[in-house]
Order: sequence, then structure tokens, then C-alpha cells
Amino acid sequence: MDHDENEQLRITRRGALEAGAATAALAYAGILPAALAAGSPVPEPRLDAVWVELQVNGSPHRLSLDPRTTLLDAMREHLHLTGSKKGCDHGQCGACTVLLDGRRINSCLTLAVMHDGHAIETIEGLASGEALHPLQAAFIEHDGFQCGYCTSGQICSALGMLHESRTGMPSYVTADLTQARAELTDIEIRERMSGNICRCAAYPNIVAAIRQAAEQLS
Amino acid sequence: MKAFTYERATSIAQAASAAVTPGAKFIAGGTNLLDLMKLQVETPTRLIDINRLALDGIEDTPEGGLRIGATVRNSDLAADPRVRRRYGVLSRALLAGASAQLRNKATTGGNLLQRTRCYYFYDVTKPCNKRSPGSGCAALEGFNRIHAILGASSQCIATNPSDMAVAFRVLDASVETAAADGGSRSIPIAEFHRLPGATPSVETVLRPGEMITAVTLPPPPPGVQIYRKVRDRASYAFALVSVGAIVDASHGRVRSARFAFGGLAPKPWRVGSSEEVLANSAASASSFNAAANIVLQGARGYGGNDFKAPLARRTLVTVLAQATRA
Repeated sequence: MDHDENEQLRITRRGALEAGAATAALAYAGILPAALAAGSPVPEPRLDAVWVELQVNGSPHRLSLDPRTTLLDAMREHLHLTGSKKGCDHGQCGACTVLLDGRRINSCLTLAVMHDGHAIETIEGLASGEALHPLQAAFIEHDGFQCGYCTSGQICSALGMLHESRTGMPSYVTADLTQARAELTDIEIRERMSGNICRCAAYPNIVAAIRQAAEQLS
Repeated sequence: MKAFTYERATSIAQAASAAVTPGAKFIAGGTNLLDLMKLQVETPTRLIDINRLALDGIEDTPEGGLRIGATVRNSDLAADPRVRRRYGVLSRALLAGASAQLRNKATTGGNLLQRTRCYYFYDVTKPCNKRSPGSGCAALEGFNRIHAILGASSQCIATNPSDMAVAFRVLDASVETAAADGGSRSIPIAEFHRLPGATPSVETVLRPGEMITAVTLPPPPPGVQIYRKVRDRASYAFALVSVGAIVDASHGRVRSARFAFGGLAPKPWRVGSSEEVLANSAASASSFNAAANIVLQGARGYGGNDFKAPLARRTLVTVLAQATRA
């Protein structure tokens, strides 16, 4: 088999996959009978879609969603904001971290329909035009990543963390819980960022980037 | 995830009434429920969202305690100045649990109802009497490093994973609920969780439709408050053993001490007679060990978790020594 045939086969396979996905989507939307989708003889139970309005990065989006849609899937699959990543999909890695009404959460562990009228900020909303957010710039300057898959979650989490720190949230390693605001030492940064896993183990550089951004933003 | 219908509760009474339907579940933070729904360990057919019921306040009680609404987020509770000043064991326990992202979502009521982290409970291809009554327990002779040494049964050796509940236990909290018939009651935290016995799938004394509306704390007892958590990594891991303690001591003598354990049992574990050993006694390694002996009477390991009895002893002795050092 020569190179051209390989290329043609690959394209054909991809085209078939896309066509299959499109058929499934039409069936799901109730446009085609479910039995036509993927040759399945068993129709899915009829689902009542729920309307939800999300304020994402300052813009309103009105969506009709299967209630099972997580906030992460709503952003990635419906709004095509793929900056937030799906790592474990079980709240264990932090790659999906976004800010919900200013607070960091795992977007994989909440349903989009629970957030009607809520404001969501994702990595796509951080820069001002071409000017990167200080956290984004610091991650580049300090090489706070290797593969980059966890980075958008790390940066959104750090943004939420810096706000928590400024408003006096203690952490497990804060010696005196009654002090108004714990100093943001490296140990504090590490504890407060423990919900974001980096498989490449860029942790020293991530801590350095966050430390620098914290100083710039304070 | 299995299909379900979704609705936003309009009142406590409406929510409790709707939840009587078989297959219905409340959802608040959702951090544990949705995780389990993705794995089809939980398969509710109707989700009742109680986030908009204004149960997110923390109020002072006339008795000098606190009343914590059921949907108060774990992070907000940990950061509340009254909690930090007067209920340090609770603030520290909350901050020891999960990650900041999860604490921003997880609620007071939901944390009390979180399910075990037993690997076999999570794996729907394995027998589990808690998930599928009568199917057996794969943990008894399986990997049981994280499992219970106290309060377990031949049907189930799963532990309760909550840090918050350990602090509530040592603070003598009460769980307030609303029922579908409009009634309400207050359940002492000691009686809220059930031991597995022959029915490990029944984890609390809540009745169908009954909804947690608040948790009430009495005024804090005198003494130093400590929460110490021992785990496989320094942060963002469940407890192998944890101790929540409130110890009133001075000049080398203990006036009173209370302590509860996490990670050892199907519910926060507190033994009154072990606390009595320490009351009005000298603060010494021998009295601390005597208290540990009483707690660990009847403890049983299952191979992988045999280390927990000596670890619980050392953790308790360390916490008591720290509390009485001043």
C-alpha cells in the first residue's frame, strides 16, 4: 500500500466517524428515529431538555441541554470553549477548573442546568485582547508546564486561590486559624493548589509562577 | 450516566415531598453524587436541586452555639470567623478534606451523606453488599488497606470518609431535618450514621424524603481543639486515621478530654469510657495509652489494614501530648 492509499484510507475513516457522530446527534435531537443511530435497536429513554442561561466570560448563552450535561461538557461541546480540559472527569485532577461566580470549582462535577444565571469564567476569558493575564505570562516565563494539559486548570485555580488568599481563607497548613490573612508562602501555595495535579511534575515552576503573579497582583 | 429528570425545589416542604418518590435524590454540591452517577453506582431517576432554598446561612443560636444551613459550602464554613475562633477543630477538619475546588462546592448536608471510598463499592463489576445487597463483600479478603477496624460487620468493612463529621462528633452537633409530612426533628450526630450490621446499604437514620436542613453546634467546650489527619500524601487524600480532639488541661493535668476518630470505622468513632480515663488525670504517656487501649478494644484488622490500630494509638497519643504541652 503506498502513501497515497494510506492517506485516502485515513481520510475515509475519519469521514465515516464524523458522519456517524452526526447521525447520532440528529437522532439524539429527535430529528431521526433513535433506532437509526448507530444501528441500535433499543431507543434511549425520552429525555426532557432543560433550558439554562450561562454567563460565560461575560457573554450570555442560552442552551437547551440534556440534564446530564456537566458544566464542563456544556462549555466544551456546546459552546466550543475547549480551553477547560477533561482529565479524569471525576474531580480528582483539577484540569477542568473554572471560576463559578468568582470561585474555583471542578466543572466536571456539576451539572450545567444547576447554574442558570450564574457567571462562569474560563481560561479563554483571562487575557485582555493580546495582553496575557499576569498568571498566564508568569507560567510562560517560569516554564510552569511541559505537556500543558493541566495548565488552563492550574491557571484558573491559581486565580481563584489568590482571591481566596486575599479575602482571608485559611488553609490546612495555616498555623493560626484566627489570623486575618495567612502569608502566601510556598508551603501555603502548594497546599492551596493541591487540587491540581500535574502529571509532568512541573510543580516547582508552577509554584514560582504563582508566587510571581501573586506579587504582581497584590 | 443514566437518564433522570431535573427540577429546582421551590420550598423545603415541596422538596421533601418530591423526594419520597422511589429513585428521587436531592442534589446540592453534587461532588460525590455526580461522581457516583457517572460510574452508575448511583442511578437516581429524579434529581431535586435544593441549592436555591436559602439554606446557606450560618447563624448564632440563643444558647451560644451556631446553626449551619445544609447548603453552606465547606469552604465558607471553614472560613467563617466564628468557626475559626471557637470551633477550630471543625475549620481544620474541613480544610483537611478534599481540594479547594471541591470545598467550594461541597455542602454541610452533602458531606454528612457522602458515601464510602471502598474500591469495591466504586467498581460495579465487583460484589458489594452496600451497593448491591446480598452480593457479598470483596473487601473482606481483597485490598483492604483503607478499611475499618472498628464497627464493621461480616457484610461490610467500609469506612466513612468524612473529616467534617469527625469534628461534628467531637462537638456534639445535631442534625436538623424536615420530613415530607411537614414535621421536623433533631438527630444527635452520634445517632445519625448507622453501623453496617446486616444492612450496609442503609447508612443513616434518615427516612424516605427526609431532608437535612441544618446542623446545630452547642457552645464549644473549654480546651484546645486539634484535628490531625494521617494519609498517604500530604494533601488531597482521604484519612487513613484522623483524630479530632478537644482537651482542657493545664499544668500537666487534664480536666476533660474528648476525641473522635476518622478512618477507623463506618462512622466517626468516639468512645465515652476512653475519655473518662483521662478526666482529672495526669497528662502522661501512660494515661494516653490507657485511653487508646479502651478505644482499640475489639479492633480487628483484615490484613491490609492491620497497621491502623497502632497508627491510631500513635496519632491519639501525639495529639493528646500536643494538647497538654502548654
